[in-house]
Amino acid sequence: MNGPAPLMALRGVGKSFPGVRALDGVDLEVFAGEVHVILGQNGAGKSTLIRILGGACRPDEGHVEADGRRVAFASPAMAARMGVAVIHQELTAVPHLDLARNIFLGREAAFRNRLGLLDLGAMRAAARRALDAVGLRADVRTEAAALDVAGQQLLEIAKALSQDSRVLVMDEPTASLSVPEAERLFAIIRRLRGEGHGIVYISHRMPEVKALGDRITVMRDGRRVALLRRGEAGADALVAMMVGRAVALSRPPAQTPGAVLLEAEGLSAPGIADASIRLRAGEVVGLAGLVGSGRTELLRALFGAERGAGAVRLGGRPLPADPVRAAAAGLGLVPEDRKRQGLALGRPVRDNLLSASFRRLARRGVAWPARLEREARSLVSRLSIRTAGTGVRVGTLSGGNQQKCVFGRWLSAEARILLLDEPTRGVDVAAKAEIHATIRARAGSGCAVLLVSSELPELIHLCDRAYVLRDGRIVGELAGAALTEAAVLRLAVAQEAQAHAHG
Amino acid sequence: MNALPARIGALLLLALALSLATEGFATATNLLNVLRQASLLFLVASGLTLVIIGGGLDLSVAANLTLSACTAALAFKATGSVAAAVATALGCGLAVGLLNGLLVAVVRVPAFLATYGTLWIASGAAYWLMAGRVVYGFPPALRGLGTGFVLGVPTPVWIMLAVAVAGGAFLFLSAAGREVFFTGANEEAARLSGIPVRRRRILVYGLSGLMCGVAALVYLGRVNAAEAGLGDPLLLPAVAAVLIGGTSLFGGAGGLAGTLVGALILTTVTNGLNLLDVGAAWHPFVTGTIILAALGADALLARRGA
Repeated sequence: MNGPAPLMALRGVGKSFPGVRALDGVDLEVFAGEVHVILGQNGAGKSTLIRILGGACRPDEGHVEADGRRVAFASPAMAARMGVAVIHQELTAVPHLDLARNIFLGREAAFRNRLGLLDLGAMRAAARRALDAVGLRADVRTEAAALDVAGQQLLEIAKALSQDSRVLVMDEPTASLSVPEAERLFAIIRRLRGEGHGIVYISHRMPEVKALGDRITVMRDGRRVALLRRGEAGADALVAMMVGRAVALSRPPAQTPGAVLLEAEGLSAPGIADASIRLRAGEVVGLAGLVGSGRTELLRALFGAERGAGAVRLGGRPLPADPVRAAAAGLGLVPEDRKRQGLALGRPVRDNLLSASFRRLARRGVAWPARLEREARSLVSRLSIRTAGTGVRVGTLSGGNQQKCVFGRWLSAEARILLLDEPTRGVDVAAKAEIHATIRARAGSGCAVLLVSSELPELIHLCDRAYVLRDGRIVGELAGAALTEAAVLRLAVAQEAQAHAHG
Repeated sequence: MNALPARIGALLLLALALSLATEGFATATNLLNVLRQASLLFLVASGLTLVIIGGGLDLSVAANLTLSACTAALAFKATGSVAAAVATALGCGLAVGLLNGLLVAVVRVPAFLATYGTLWIASGAAYWLMAGRVVYGFPPALRGLGTGFVLGVPTPVWIMLAVAVAGGAFLFLSAAGREVFFTGANEEAARLSGIPVRRRRILVYGLSGLMCGVAALVYLGRVNAAEAGLGDPLLLPAVAAVLIGGTSLFGGAGGLAGTLVGALILTTVTNGLNLLDVGAAWHPFVTGTIILAALGADALLARRGA
């Protein structure tokens, strides 16, 4: 091999799990100063690839090389010492430790003073530098729990940078970031590339792939199906390679909205103030705004998961703030954080699909296993959930398939009002298209959908109408031709623009 | 689920080894005796199993058994009615269980603290009520629950089987039971699925209390006497039976069949140690070793499977 050795390489790596061939003879090289994008849909093997790169699991076949030498990572800590840092999609900060302690967790020894005690001042100063490098302004003494998802993501990156990692593996880092935050992250990534880091970047967002990727590895069914240089293939071609067939993403025909199903008036709860919205049957309504603008809080308040003041009415009748009543009345919430709020990871796919409908499916309190199984199988096939069976633990499925399980729960419960919080976050292109199709199909059959998405094209693409939130208040409503990315952004960031103008 | 066959295998191996090593083990009298002894332990552990599967903990089970037995004994002495004794035992057990449920689900006291508190309260109430007395001498109708036979099998063994079947049906066949599993596995996901988490919690604590009341009746029937502190030695073995049975202390996984096998393993070991003439001082040591062996084997198997 000519030229410099790659910082890191996988050679003919294979890995099997019970019933699944996760990786099959995969080669991957990461050079200094490149962003190497990995594309692939659910179950293509990306998660396993990341785990092997990060030392969380060992390949059955093939090996890992660092600087051209064969290495065997026995643990994530060893991978970290070799300069590989993985920034996981599921955030790993310790909630009740402050930011400084989170960044230097396990590396406190570097800050011993002459007495052998922890030099907190030095640690905090170093933490400050690390946070500044990613533009996170929070105090280093705040608890990690106080950060929102975007903040925690930046914290993870700061942590990786502070370890002098040469190879950074990022698993959909922008999945929960707002547009300005994502832009800031891209700037950081470009700088790191310039400084000679090698970056492995997993994303499903085509504009990002185009903007950042120097090389692109496309995975399908555990194999590498293509290795491309920047610009060698357009978005359509890439999607086709990932799914092995062409996927049509067409705009829905305009729906004629029906009667008002859900109505909130002057709803206030922690994080939102005086919100009034209306959802009609057959309508997909967007809820736009920056991360932290109160979108999640509004959905939770509508579902009754958060107590607040103001009225929520369902078909004209007041709906008490109680998730049990909300679910019984036909509301369904797909929460933002599917691992913590959506799924019981240790329970089977079946129970996760049916958790909102056990009582509906029971006859005189008896939930016959055969009946549950039939319902679960029908959901698995309706949503094309890729799983070895309904008895498999849901935590072993890929992100997109997990999300379909949360979704399926509300199909099974026959929910008529769907409150969706980032339903396609961390989901690959094909699964995303399937979820989009399901959302439209639900609206087409008379459901009302309220959709939160940080991905503006998705919001514009799916919604008939959208509310824009800023600092916990609804600052505008856009519909039809007026619903454009630019219009949403103008409303969502107006406060920041003003601050700049006055500052 | 939860390597139940492995546990049954371990129990059978244990029984086989004891049959070969001792003359007294494999006799009908001794085996029925083991079953009879296991039944009380199982009854106390059965409700605890439901609570733990639901993501909670009930440290008050043994104290609740004590209080239920003492109040039932006093009720019988005051009225001379077996029906009153039965109603009092079940009522008292249920009441303590519901108190736990309310504390955990409504007041939102962590389960460990709430049931640790009611442990002391129930235990203290029994001391106060009994004031140092031993109440003894019950009629055959009540004694039969502990010492009787039906079709050649001790009555408490029938009760144990009935509770195991009914509890298993609740867990695996009822909508509420499925919801208990889901709640134990992830309470927030359960809440956001519209599962009435609070009601499910109160239900399992109530059932746990009720089982203590049933256990109290079996105890009175067998020992024919009640005094404060009678149930104290059962708390840790009950927890041991649940854990050896493979129910996860973190909630969301387990079952009553496992607890039944766990109670049988513990009782068989004690019985075997007695037959082998091993001093009682060794029993806790052996019990601890078995718990660690069972849970250690689980952890190893889980890692290999992952």
